[in-house]
Amino acid sequence: MARTTSKSFVDNLGKIYGVYAGGFIGFVIILAILEQMGVSNKVIGYCFVFLTIGVYAYIGIISRTSEISEYYVAGRVVPPFFNGMATGADWMSAASFISMAGGLYLGGYGGLGYVLGWTGGYVLVGILLAPYLRKFGQFTVPDFLGVRYEGNTARVCGVVVLFCASFTYIVAQCFGIGIITSRFLDIPFEIAIFVGLLGILVCSMLGGMRAVTWTQVAQYIILIVAYLIPVVWLSIKLYGNPIPELAYGQVLDQIAALEKKLGVIKPHAAAYVDAKGQFSWVEFNNFWALTLTLMIGTASLPHILMRYFTTPNVKDARTSVGWSIFFIFLLYFTAPAYAAFAKLEVYTNVIGQNINALPAWVQNWSQVGGLLTIKDANGDGILQLSEFIINQDIIVLSMPEIAGLPYVISGLVAAGGLAAALSTADGLLLAIANALSHDIYYKMIDKTASTVRRLVVARVLLVVVAIIAAAVAGTRPSGIIQMVAWAFSLAAGGLFVPLVLGIWWKRTTAAGAIAGMICGFGITLFYLVGTRYFDMPLWFGIRNISSALFGLPVAFAVTWLVSLMTQAPSKEMQEFVDSIRVPKGELHWVAGTAHD
Amino acid sequence: MADLAPAQREAYWRKTSRLMWIIMGLWVLFSFVIPAFAVQLNDIRIFGFPLGFYMAAQGSLIFYVVACFWNASAQNKIDKEFGVAED
Repeated sequence: MARTTSKSFVDNLGKIYGVYAGGFIGFVIILAILEQMGVSNKVIGYCFVFLTIGVYAYIGIISRTSEISEYYVAGRVVPPFFNGMATGADWMSAASFISMAGGLYLGGYGGLGYVLGWTGGYVLVGILLAPYLRKFGQFTVPDFLGVRYEGNTARVCGVVVLFCASFTYIVAQCFGIGIITSRFLDIPFEIAIFVGLLGILVCSMLGGMRAVTWTQVAQYIILIVAYLIPVVWLSIKLYGNPIPELAYGQVLDQIAALEKKLGVIKPHAAAYVDAKGQFSWVEFNNFWALTLTLMIGTASLPHILMRYFTTPNVKDARTSVGWSIFFIFLLYFTAPAYAAFAKLEVYTNVIGQNINALPAWVQNWSQVGGLLTIKDANGDGILQLSEFIINQDIIVLSMPEIAGLPYVISGLVAAGGLAAALSTADGLLLAIANALSHDIYYKMIDKTASTVRRLVVARVLLVVVAIIAAAVAGTRPSGIIQMVAWAFSLAAGGLFVPLVLGIWWKRTTAAGAIAGMICGFGITLFYLVGTRYFDMPLWFGIRNISSALFGLPVAFAVTWLVSLMTQAPSKEMQEFVDSIRVPKGELHWVAGTAHD
Repeated sequence: MADLAPAQREAYWRKTSRLMWIIMGLWVLFSFVIPAFAVQLNDIRIFGFPLGFYMAAQGSLIFYVVACFWNASAQNKIDKEFGVAED
């Protein structure tokens, strides 16, 4: 590959990734044969982890670049279909891949808040933001704030919010990478995090957005194959139906019947019930609050928005949002099937069985520290429902064994989880490092910096941020899903209002947007930190994973009021906004705003 | 290219905004209104799925995919109508 993305490469993407996918399947088959020949599980685990990271490193190295626009926005040549795949990998992290199906297993209907929240936000991205940010055509999300709200104050506010949200998010990913690497390489968690870190850095450091884009497409292919194979296999085996999303309707029926027999208080499909099985307004409110904040967070997270800076034009940015949500949908509408299959298996073949005659997967996982606990409390030798405690993070990881598949599929699932966590970590890392190097260093500290110098700064910052994130993750600050949900709240509270109103309401003034950003983000952060670390009572029973529920209305109200109290934006600024709204034509830059 | 005349520009933005509000309205319906009635919808069963559960697990998701592609094609039509589609 040349230093700039060549046309022949883009034209042949389908062929290149087709060969790659075929090669990957061949690799899995070879490992399956080796397993039958007696190669140990540990070797297979090593092969999956190191060979996939090796492929990502290879793509990262051949995509190295010293061009600014290649480094920041992949040369703006990414076709919508492939940008959709890359966004899918960028989006689906350890939380989606490893934890979500388990959350659905434990939470039943309550877990669907995550499924809705992590998909519906793309409607907002596609309608309200992506095409207009693409037309704007600069490098980062704070760039837009800096130009639209004329100055570095708005830019810095944007960078602060971006940093807080993305950093929280990336710590969660490092945590997930540590769990997978330590389990399949059999090394301590703290060391595993830094092995995983190498995997992140080789993709993003040399080639920036260009390398991350083409690596993410490769990672999407691995993660979706790894997610679908075990559950499709199980669906065929049990129901003769290769589409698990249809087959689990009858599974839900069977679960409901078994729940009555076993005396389960909180049925799987029952909506908004508390631990006692009664309808609860607190659960009801938390459900929509979580859905709303996750959706708005989707439309505020810079590592997602900046993916739409890489398409060739505005029209492609819109189509690309469609492909993104399609590729994400493939995983999200399968997750509830995972949960239902696992639950039926537990209810029929685990609960009520003799403790000495449990299925092999239960015995295997109960030996891994603390993830699955079996305790014969009443000493009758029969396992009761209350004597069986399962951790949400092992539902997906144990599915191959539940389905009675060879170990090679377990290795495949681990490779998929790793791909999910690495790809998201790369996108986040790039968002943070780009904001610091482009918005803070280049735009505010040294406007005369040479191209070479800008890229050196970007790369150094990337490594520094990555090391700090891995070190923080090593302290195990919280659970994966919780940290990720906080990141969404922080981004939603701080960035959604200035971005959307900046495009859709010309009257938004710089003072209004800055005040709104500070208040919205401030309230969100205050509620999150207060309830988490200082025993502050919950407001209306809303959990702090939905903190932005309080920040958002404040941000809207403050932006609106302050904008109306200050002088309307200049005629030039209004013309600039007009020119962003139309796909064709030159932008009307306002004199004095920094752009290049 | 020559910029659109102010009247044209307003008409373009009115149509674009209308499309935005229509899809946003449906987005609210599928994201919040239908889930709000999950308890009642769960009494209805299709292919074994309680309907309230089905909508949150699959139905609304299908709408999101359709809505994003629909928005792209409808907006393309508006762009062509006003001659502001990219070449």
